[in-house]
Amino acid sequence: MLRGKQTWWFESRPVIIGAATVVGPDEGEGPLAADFDLVHPELDMQQKSWEKAERLLLEQASEFALQHAGIDSSQLQFFVGGDLLNQIISNSFAARSLGVPYVGVFGACSTSMETLALASLMVDSGAAQYAMAATCSHNCTAEKQFRYPTEYGSQKPPTAQYTVTGAGAAVIASSGSGPYVECATVGKIVDLGIKDPFNMGAAMAPAAVDTIQSHFNDTGRTPGDYDIIVTGDLAGVGHPIARDLLTRGGVPIDNTDFNDCGLMVYDVKKQKVQAGGSGCACSAVVTYGHLLKRMRKGQLKRILVVATGALLSPLSFQQGESIPCIAHAVSICAGGEGA
Amino acid sequence: MIFLWAFLVGGAICMLGQIMFDVFKMTPAHTMATLVVIGAVVDGFNLYEPLIKFAGAGATVPITSFGNALVHGALTELHTSGWIGVISGIFKVTSAGISAAIIFSFLASLVVRPKG
Amino acid sequence: MSSKEATSGRYKKMSMSPKEYKTYAQSKEPPRSVFANCVKAYVVGGLICVLGQAVTELFVHLMGMTPEQASNPTVAVMIFISVILTCLGVYDKIAQFAGAGSAVPVTGFANSMCSAALEHRSEGLVLGVGGNMFKLAGSVIVFGTVAAFFVGIAHLILGTGGQ
Repeated sequence: MLRGKQTWWFESRPVIIGAATVVGPDEGEGPLAADFDLVHPELDMQQKSWEKAERLLLEQASEFALQHAGIDSSQLQFFVGGDLLNQIISNSFAARSLGVPYVGVFGACSTSMETLALASLMVDSGAAQYAMAATCSHNCTAEKQFRYPTEYGSQKPPTAQYTVTGAGAAVIASSGSGPYVECATVGKIVDLGIKDPFNMGAAMAPAAVDTIQSHFNDTGRTPGDYDIIVTGDLAGVGHPIARDLLTRGGVPIDNTDFNDCGLMVYDVKKQKVQAGGSGCACSAVVTYGHLLKRMRKGQLKRILVVATGALLSPLSFQQGESIPCIAHAVSICAGGEGA
Repeated sequence: MIFLWAFLVGGAICMLGQIMFDVFKMTPAHTMATLVVIGAVVDGFNLYEPLIKFAGAGATVPITSFGNALVHGALTELHTSGWIGVISGIFKVTSAGISAAIIFSFLASLVVRPKG
Repeated sequence: MSSKEATSGRYKKMSMSPKEYKTYAQSKEPPRSVFANCVKAYVVGGLICVLGQAVTELFVHLMGMTPEQASNPTVAVMIFISVILTCLGVYDKIAQFAGAGSAVPVTGFANSMCSAALEHRSEGLVLGVGGNMFKLAGSVIVFGTVAAFFVGIAHLILGTGGQ
């Protein structure tokens, strides 16, 4: 059901009946380590390449999500996934292992909420009984593809971000017990001309602000309606910018807990992650691991996750283009909660 | 003494690179390419060799010396073989560096995996 | 507390132009500690050169070479050291601290080639290692060669004819 300009309202309340997160060693040393289902002690996960390691993360997360949901892959109608790699190859291979009809999407670091929105839409519209939303990222595959070989000695500036190694998957069903997906605001591309790929936070902040404002305009809500609003990976540079821009735009963002997954997943002071976390898995593991857990404990009733993506390609930067960004917002409510 | 000058001159060239990183916001590739060209131009004015004599490794270790070596090769060959030397002589002096880098990197890739 | 009606346009969209936003974003960037970085680059770069000088002295005194003859083996040794440090996974950690201090010396050149070779081994020896080794170092070689060519041509035209 369309509400406003760009928000899908899910009348039937599709339920997240199971979710799982798998992460790498750096995330295992972060403050949310206990919230993840599996922490790999090594970056290579005993695989022959970084790419194979990333694929393994996604396969494991999907498997655990199915287990938590109490269903078998044969009951799953659709798998919606995406990642950072060229041709979203990690998801193609994971979908191959799952053997489920597959819809691949590219949203860079906004993929977690993009896939959750699409999977919820499928279930809410009756197009699926069970759908899975998943995404993954790996620090080394991202460095290799977008920046430099992992052993290359380049000095990262303080605005740079650290790609999260991990995968998050969620099974959405038409009924069941668990938190439900209430609505999703699909973002549009916002590009204010930032060209620096080492300062993605500043590039993405306007997109987050645009989507948040659209969400409130479409739903008639205000920040105070949510227990927490998190952005995906604006991190240390982008998050304060977003807060400032929202405040300037008259949005009373201080009425709620406004945080950022890139700042939550790592101890930014102790771990060498510059401005904070980024990557598709950043918002995925924080949402499906940490935030859903807090919901199940009764600490959170209604949350808004605004995953932000920088949709640049390794080539676009070399050709002097600026970075087009996007943000997708999904509102999740604790089960049994009235609107 | 030459150790002191090696430190002072070498450090200064590296600091110039750091200024390119932080003040001019240049990427490592742009910075190194610029420094190599600077080394080549300085040798074109016959000023790099005197720098090497007085600062030793402070002038031969930074990447600028690569530009110097390329020009040296070209000019030496120009002197001995005429105009064709400008093309044929370029890599004569730098062979050790490039060959060593290729060979050691290749051998390393056979046995070592990146640690991330 | 939440109104059920969607009030469109309640929150006005941001009206900053790209130029204004660029200035604004720059003002929000955490400052790079340029002075501290320069000091670190100076010290580490200087020490690497001192190491190079020590290697040269070894070749001169132990193997009886002249300083000119010793420069090639010195470069080879520095490159070897850099490759070892890259393989140990240590060079990138040094570089985060030293910045240009580890990138500008020839050790940085070797690190760029070795790191690319290691990284792309998973794509095979020919296409991966062979095809990608000069990914970062290529610009240095290309620009150095082209610059040397033009310097050579200048000398040719001006009749200063080389040394």
